[in-house]
Amino acid sequence: MQSNKKNNKPLVKMENAGVFSDGRWLVRGVSLEIYRNSIVTLIGPNGSGKTTTGKLILNILKADEGKVLHSTHRIGYVPQKINIDWTVPLRVSDFMGLTGRISQSKINEALSLTGVEHLYNNNLTNLSGGEFQRVSLARAIAKKPDLLILDEPVQGVDFNGEIKLYDLIKQISEEINCGILLISHDLNFVMSSTDHVICLNGHVCCSGSPQDVAKNASYIELFGEQAATTLSLYSHKHDHTHNPDRSISK
Amino acid sequence: MFDDFFVRALIAGIGIAIIAGPIGCFVVWRRLAYYGDTLAHSGLLGVTLGFILGINMSLSVFIISTTIAFLLLLLQKKTKLTGDALLGLLAHSSLAIGLVIIAIASSIRIDLMGLLFGDILSVSNNDIILIWGGGVAILIVLFVIWKSLFAATVNYDLAKAEGMNPDRSNYIFTILIAGVIAISIKMIGVLLITGLLLIPPAMSRNFSLSPKEMVVFSIIGGVISVIFGLFGSLEFNTPSGPSIIVVSLMLFFLSLFFRRGHNSIRLK
Repeated sequence: MQSNKKNNKPLVKMENAGVFSDGRWLVRGVSLEIYRNSIVTLIGPNGSGKTTTGKLILNILKADEGKVLHSTHRIGYVPQKINIDWTVPLRVSDFMGLTGRISQSKINEALSLTGVEHLYNNNLTNLSGGEFQRVSLARAIAKKPDLLILDEPVQGVDFNGEIKLYDLIKQISEEINCGILLISHDLNFVMSSTDHVICLNGHVCCSGSPQDVAKNASYIELFGEQAATTLSLYSHKHDHTHNPDRSISK
Repeated sequence: MFDDFFVRALIAGIGIAIIAGPIGCFVVWRRLAYYGDTLAHSGLLGVTLGFILGINMSLSVFIISTTIAFLLLLLQKKTKLTGDALLGLLAHSSLAIGLVIIAIASSIRIDLMGLLFGDILSVSNNDIILIWGGGVAILIVLFVIWKSLFAATVNYDLAKAEGMNPDRSNYIFTILIAGVIAISIKMIGVLLITGLLLIPPAMSRNFSLSPKEMVVFSIIGGVISVIFGLFGSLEFNTPSGPSIIVVSLMLFFLSLFFRRGHNSIRLK
């Protein structure tokens, strides 16, 4: 899917943003734009500042440097993990309206889109990891957000499940017309419908569009046609090296 | 039918149970049991200061509890001690300071047992007005912040990202806990208030399927505990606070036989 950037204001625009904490920059000099109908994937190793960047976009953190501009407040968020204490009796039906009143028809619509309508009356603590992920996704899209942010949505999901989940995310982006930010720790595989990939390591290391994996014969042989249409191999174009003291040399 | 003081105690106790139910649910959900205990312990200091300065006891308890709550926030920023160590520090030192002041100020005569464990004889008409008036105010505020407080209880980041302002509701909730302690300290006692906050929700969790059910059952459990506790107190000449807590504990054990929706509890 092509992003129609012309005459379209970005939902979020980061300009040279950075967060300083405990005497060091967690992340610095990040610029990015997320548009409606487009998918941006943020990748990077652990400690690279992905989560911090995500929190800037989510308004959870404030930038100590640079700017983060929002043109929408209708944000749907699927956190990496939600630990719900057993003492909180929470059914899927209660969870759906957690951050705002929402009509029954919208709840049903969202749950059927992610394929978990049958779990409506279940207690959240009794769901499997995959079921919970789909319920969490349904909750985030039920109120039709302009911007959907998913933190490690495929973590702990097996390869087939990963492909199914990516297919679902693509379907969601088409049906609710939102901008999507995916945060992933997987450096090699990104969703093929991604319009833009940003690789972070304390700063933006490289960015661009993912390669078309369909051309990569060995990849298809390894994972099959189905995988090739959903996942793409992302080749990094690093032109610098990271020194142990976090400085960068070219 | 009953002595006047007993009717007053019933009305006051039922009011406290209605307020303690929903606040107590959040205390359980947010794992604030020890936190509530700390604020309650500081209540003794509040009472003594109230006596010395000649101001209303509930007001001074409320001021001291709120001060302790914000002192905790300050200490959390200044040291790297864990939360429970800081809470213990504040709980016991404020209790100790309260006891020291009582001993020094020989001019004030305080019924210490009554303060620690509650005293139904002490409930006046003014107390009833305070409990019901303050209680209605607390419940209205809780109702207003309910959505964002609950969302923040489930997941802070999620609540904040989706525009719920969880920080504000967290602060307000702290003040509400202090308020509940202030209005129930006379009746239930410094050492037992947290019991009334925790035990009815713990009981009601056993057969609640949703947060709202848990709140409603907590209120019902609390009211039953107060009624039977006070009748028991009158009948067996036992102190009111402990009698109420004993009944609520019996209800908790009873609830274990009526569990709902727990067929597949996972051990984590």
